[in-house]
Amino acid sequence: MNAPQTPPGSVGLVEAKTASFSEPLKLRSGAVLPQFDLAYETYGELNAARSNAVLVCHALNASHHVAGSYAGNPADLGWWDNLVGPGKPLDTRRFFVIGSNYIGSCFGSTGPASINPATGKPWGADFPVVTVEDWVAAQARLADRLGIESFAAAIGGSLGAMQALQWALSFPQRVRHSIVIAATPRLSAQNIAFNEVARQAIMTDPDFHGGHYYAKGVVPRRGLRIARMIGHITYLSDDAMMGKFGRLLRGKKGPGFDFDVDFEIESYLRHQGDKFAGYFDANTYLRITKALDYYDPAADCGGDLAKALEPAQAAFLVVSFTSDWRFSIARSREIVRALLETRKIASYIEVNAPQGHDAFLMDDPRYHGALRAYFENIDL
Amino acid sequence: MTADQQALLAARPDLAAIARWVEPQARVLDLGCGDGALLRYLWEAKHAPGYGIEIDAEQVVECLRNDVNVLQMDLESGLSTFRDGSFDCVVLSETLQAIHRTEQLMREMLRVGHEAIVSFPNFGHWQARLQVALGRMPVSAALPYHWYDTPNVHLCTLQDFEDFCRTLGVRVLERLVLHAGRSVNLMPNLLGSVAVYRLGRAAPSAKAH
Repeated sequence: MNAPQTPPGSVGLVEAKTASFSEPLKLRSGAVLPQFDLAYETYGELNAARSNAVLVCHALNASHHVAGSYAGNPADLGWWDNLVGPGKPLDTRRFFVIGSNYIGSCFGSTGPASINPATGKPWGADFPVVTVEDWVAAQARLADRLGIESFAAAIGGSLGAMQALQWALSFPQRVRHSIVIAATPRLSAQNIAFNEVARQAIMTDPDFHGGHYYAKGVVPRRGLRIARMIGHITYLSDDAMMGKFGRLLRGKKGPGFDFDVDFEIESYLRHQGDKFAGYFDANTYLRITKALDYYDPAADCGGDLAKALEPAQAAFLVVSFTSDWRFSIARSREIVRALLETRKIASYIEVNAPQGHDAFLMDDPRYHGALRAYFENIDL
Repeated sequence: MTADQQALLAARPDLAAIARWVEPQARVLDLGCGDGALLRYLWEAKHAPGYGIEIDAEQVVECLRNDVNVLQMDLESGLSTFRDGSFDCVVLSETLQAIHRTEQLMREMLRVGHEAIVSFPNFGHWQARLQVALGRMPVSAALPYHWYDTPNVHLCTLQDFEDFCRTLGVRVLERLVLHAGRSVNLMPNLLGSVAVYRLGRAAPSAKAH
């Protein structure tokens, strides 16, 4: 057996950590979490001035495992390993990078599958609906715990971008740069519609049991599979899907005239659905899609996004991708316009990328080149 | 002035004129800002904050490297992102001749900016006139392209541009005509190869009162 090897530019072997907080957390819904755990990972070293911390916020199905791999499982590479590492655009030789999970997750932080201290049983359906604002508030506790008064930057794509933006609004003094990628300031009716179909798929699964399926020893797999298949369609562009799968048939010379898999794309979606249903928690999925639906910082300012962004003191980098139809470039431009109206320090790049929403995970040289240049100019 | 700044102003004398006309602390929008060198210079020399607009992906990365605010957008789709009067000065350097919807952009520049500074190659320069007279499309230091590879679509002379300003009701506040880095005062439309104009909104008509 070969000794574990660290590929160049990798942060190498990493370990997930958990921070426990016993002080209750009041949520936007009014509910109170009496205590909570937050899972996280760190890469690089916090400098003496504690000024080089960068918070990486993750999207729907990812986790705090941002970079590197776990001992004994080299294949489980962090989801943003192409961005984070020594010599990479977010250079861990210069920055102390924190990948933070959020509450309600199924990856180690307190969530629906955790034990409710009031009952001694899993929270299940009783776990409160959490919001982006709640996540940021919980992450602020983690920052306190790690002795980080202000982040050099908060960065994220998609739902992670909402957190990076919300950090600048909830804690204007605590984040110096906010890097908002493949984002939207609010979901459209179409976005919410897709989320609702996904939720309905889960909640109508006979194995859902109103969210208390843990006690029954079952998982609403069928619902989760369909939810994931729907989500996946929205992450890819029509062109990307056509380019990857076209109308290729799966191991057949012609149509089967039945309801088995005919096309490669069907096989791909089923595979993605199966994989997802094997590791993701249905109650978490319901809550995360609600957090997406509810996020709308302008709502409290009569729909005026510029007014909502007024308190931010961070400098902003907004990044969008031309083929992203889930959160289109028009949504990012709304954010940019609001930032300009309030005279923020802001840059905006519109990456010509074919992949769709998921382009934020790719290592397109212009996209990563821009992030590298931006990070290099962040003063510590 | 740093060596970099000196080199920049030597290479692009129109930028030196632009920089002279920008007031300290003015808010600047630089259209087609390239690598952001002017914005960086204006920030360092005049503490004038601003944004650049640039469409080219590689130039945008250079802007970020230069630590200037850059917005990757297409000028041709207009400046609708910006509110009226949000800038003290809108700069369009060596870009006017490559714009398709020139009239719309000129109006937009003076909507979002109180003033505009425009620089462009003078098609009326004697070298250009001579080459056309000899039956060729002009190629020169100020017009370095061939007819088949030029990005320029709307070339003009000083006189053309000033007529255009009159038509749009744009006031010419100042003009600087250059050739080989030197100011040209004698027969500028013939001897100048690059023109720089400082423009303002039309004064309210006296008749209206």
